[in-house]
Amino acid sequence: MKKVQTNDVILQTVTKIASFIILLFSFHLFFAGHNNPGGGFIGGLMTASSLVLLLLAYDLKTVQNILPVNFIYVAAIGLFISVSTGIGSFLFGAQFLSHAFDYFNLPLLGKTELATAVLFDIGVYLVVVGVTMTIIQTIGERE
Amino acid sequence: MTSLHIAILSPFALAFLIPLLAKNVRKIHTGWFVLFLPVLLFIYFFRMIKMTADGGTLKAVLEWIPSFGINFTAYVDGLGLLFALLITGIGSLVVLYSIYYLSKEREQLGPFYVYLLMFMGAMLGVVLVDNVIVLYLFWELTSISSFLLIGYWYKREKSRYGATKSMLITIFGGLSMLGGFILLYTITGSFSIREMINQVDLISGHGFFIPALVLVLIGAFTKSAQFPFYIWLPDAMEAPTPVSAYLHSATMVKAGIYIVARFTPVFAFSGEWFWIVSLTGIVTLFWGSFNAVKQTDLKSILAFSTVSQLGMIMSMLGVGAAALHYQNFEYYMVAVIAAVFHLINHATFKGSLFMAVGIIDHETGTRDIRKLGGLMTIMPITFTITLIGAFSMAGLPPFNGFLSKEMFFTSMLRITNFNLYNVDTWGFLFPVLAWIGSVFTFIYCMVLLFKTFGGKYQPEKLEKQAHEAPLGMLISPIVLVSLVVIFFFFPNILSYSIIEPAASSIMPTLLDGDEKFKVHIYMWHGFSPELYMTIGVVALGVLAYLTLSKWRKVYGLFPEKLTLNKLYDSSLSGLEKGSNKITRTYMTGFLRDYLVYVFVFFIVIIGGSLAVTGGFSYDVKGNASIGIYELVLSAVMIAATFTTVFARSRLTAIIGLGVIGYTLALFFVIFRAPDLALTQLIIETISVALFLLCFYHLPKLRFKPKSAKFRVTNALVSVGVGTVVTLLALSANSQRSLESIASYFIENSYKLAGGHNIVNVILVDFRGFDTLFEITVLVIAALGIYGMIRLRLGKGGEEH
Repeated sequence: MKKVQTNDVILQTVTKIASFIILLFSFHLFFAGHNNPGGGFIGGLMTASSLVLLLLAYDLKTVQNILPVNFIYVAAIGLFISVSTGIGSFLFGAQFLSHAFDYFNLPLLGKTELATAVLFDIGVYLVVVGVTMTIIQTIGERE
Repeated sequence: MTSLHIAILSPFALAFLIPLLAKNVRKIHTGWFVLFLPVLLFIYFFRMIKMTADGGTLKAVLEWIPSFGINFTAYVDGLGLLFALLITGIGSLVVLYSIYYLSKEREQLGPFYVYLLMFMGAMLGVVLVDNVIVLYLFWELTSISSFLLIGYWYKREKSRYGATKSMLITIFGGLSMLGGFILLYTITGSFSIREMINQVDLISGHGFFIPALVLVLIGAFTKSAQFPFYIWLPDAMEAPTPVSAYLHSATMVKAGIYIVARFTPVFAFSGEWFWIVSLTGIVTLFWGSFNAVKQTDLKSILAFSTVSQLGMIMSMLGVGAAALHYQNFEYYMVAVIAAVFHLINHATFKGSLFMAVGIIDHETGTRDIRKLGGLMTIMPITFTITLIGAFSMAGLPPFNGFLSKEMFFTSMLRITNFNLYNVDTWGFLFPVLAWIGSVFTFIYCMVLLFKTFGGKYQPEKLEKQAHEAPLGMLISPIVLVSLVVIFFFFPNILSYSIIEPAASSIMPTLLDGDEKFKVHIYMWHGFSPELYMTIGVVALGVLAYLTLSKWRKVYGLFPEKLTLNKLYDSSLSGLEKGSNKITRTYMTGFLRDYLVYVFVFFIVIIGGSLAVTGGFSYDVKGNASIGIYELVLSAVMIAATFTTVFARSRLTAIIGLGVIGYTLALFFVIFRAPDLALTQLIIETISVALFLLCFYHLPKLRFKPKSAKFRVTNALVSVGVGTVVTLLALSANSQRSLESIASYFIENSYKLAGGHNIVNVILVDFRGFDTLFEITVLVIAALGIYGMIRLRLGKGGEEH
């Protein structure tokens, strides 16, 4: 395939702004998950799509320079976190994957609910990001 | 664990030690280490003769699987002891003979003696066990060890062929016998043969009686090489001669005889038993002796002769069943006594004949009677041995074969007076076939003797310079032929000690209390019809032997294509070809064909059970009303589906699929599933992108965009699957029998898990376990794609 030199100024400029908005939206989806539509899965997909946008506007190498991350490790860490939250409940004499939650008064945020289920969801989030990015990068690099 | 159990299992224990000895003690022939065991066992069993002669039995139980009633119950009575003595006695002689027969330098002795000991132990197990399942276990062990022994010279193709053939036939019989045993178990509820004999009335009245009888007899007939299963025995002659002498003349082939004798008290009262056993026996006798005459290989002659003699014993056991029907049972009981007597005689003379043939083979290098001749003066001792063995087999005095042959004729003549089961009309066949068979027996005995030792010595045809065998090789056959002569002059040393207890174990129901059969074997019983029959056999036999070259052509008349061997070979290859053909018809290698099978099966099973059970129902009462959005979206989805199916180009199909996916997301929106809608949107986008990627990389050369080919079967199958699934969904929807558990989640999602988003709470909390494995699936998929693309091996097997 012939490489055509193109000028992507508009795309790249829009990407610089849009990818951060998407990223923020994905964080919102993730944290809102317990009470509103959203959660680890959809949040992870959104994060991945913001990264994909970067990939589209720039090239693989540039993105890898910005984010020098091996996404297989991300997926592995996510899986590890999810399994650990399950095993963690053994420490309290509970059954595998029993979750707990409570309300705390945190500085800045005020009265906040903290749940171990969110930890599990972080695992899901990382796995989804890792898996999606691994697949896309692997296929993309094949050229 | 009693001494009896140790005795039965000791050959197996020794078999474990033999490889060590064979490997480390190379100076001494391994056989010497083996020899002591059968001798010890023989002495051990010999000391039991007094016990069984007094009518005693020995029973010892070793629990194995008591919960199933399967126990290693050793049981010694007259019949078992007779066989145990044969196995250990002939076993000792064969081991001694094999020490001189098998060369220490050239042969692999370790495996040979391991197999032989395995066989010996298995055979002892078969005859000394009361539990049919354990009996079956030992029975199959004899088949396996026999297979190993026949294939001992595994580099020869004929050995492998013979071993496979005997394996297939005897295992077939063994399995059918197992079926018979299980049927007997379902009737009586016990695996013990004693118990079955006690319940004989129950068995004979049961519907499974005939199947059990036939299955057990198939097992016995295959092992004992009866018509038409005898074909494996001549091919088993590829085994080393000690093996042929031991397994294929004296012991294993008599296991079937043992089974028939052992189950006589269970089955013998019926007419079916009488006819099947005695007719098969007499036909085998005739056919075996008839075919033995045409053989040119010494061991083949002996193989067919074994077949014929086993048929003779079998027919006597069958005919002996007549004794059960009369008060005056002694008149027919002579057949059973003759069977037991001939069993012993056959073991002695056939063992010695095999050993003699082995010597001839060993010293001249050939077994072909066309090459042999004139060995009488060169090998005088072997000649004497063969002479005694052959004359005894032919039924001539002064050898023990004469006595049992006379008794055989007596029993065959007496059976014509038996007036049950149509024997009075067809019974004349027995003495006639017996007599003709005996004539042929006489002929092949003479062929065996005089073609080998008579005539002219032809040294140019022999591979080796013929000479007399070493003494060690001659000891065993000399012992056996001495017994042949001793049993003629003093037959009654066997009568009360061995034959009588064995006969009373075969026919236990005929005796009350301490009563005993009157077994007395007369050397001379006057000028009876039997004697005239023997004189006739000799006269006609001599005549036929002298004119053999004139009528030999008779054997050419029988077409080669119709023989049982041909049938066996062609059915085996036909089975292979046929199953190959059948497999090829449906295992086409095309995925679409397999999918058709899967879907057709689905339609038949699900649709069929819906139709058969009347499970289809249609009920719209609880359904919600259909709004305008649903209608519009459904129309869009149906249109997209048709576009996808009938699209001309793949690109259209991919976009059609995308439309279906996004419409599905809209359905999730109007059915109020925001999480599903979000996920569906993104996933659909990604999968469409991946489809486009695949599309982009299709090979350019062979790619011609064209619409999918229309096939009637595919259309029918897909319409069928759609219909069945639709019907199934409608029926399932209209037959909800239980309340949904959804209300529990709605009430408790905030109380127990602190979240308002029920879907998310279910995913991460209530049923987090599923999610855990779903993300595992994702990771595996990613690793799979990574592996497939990055770690591909190039054509040369190198990494890319």
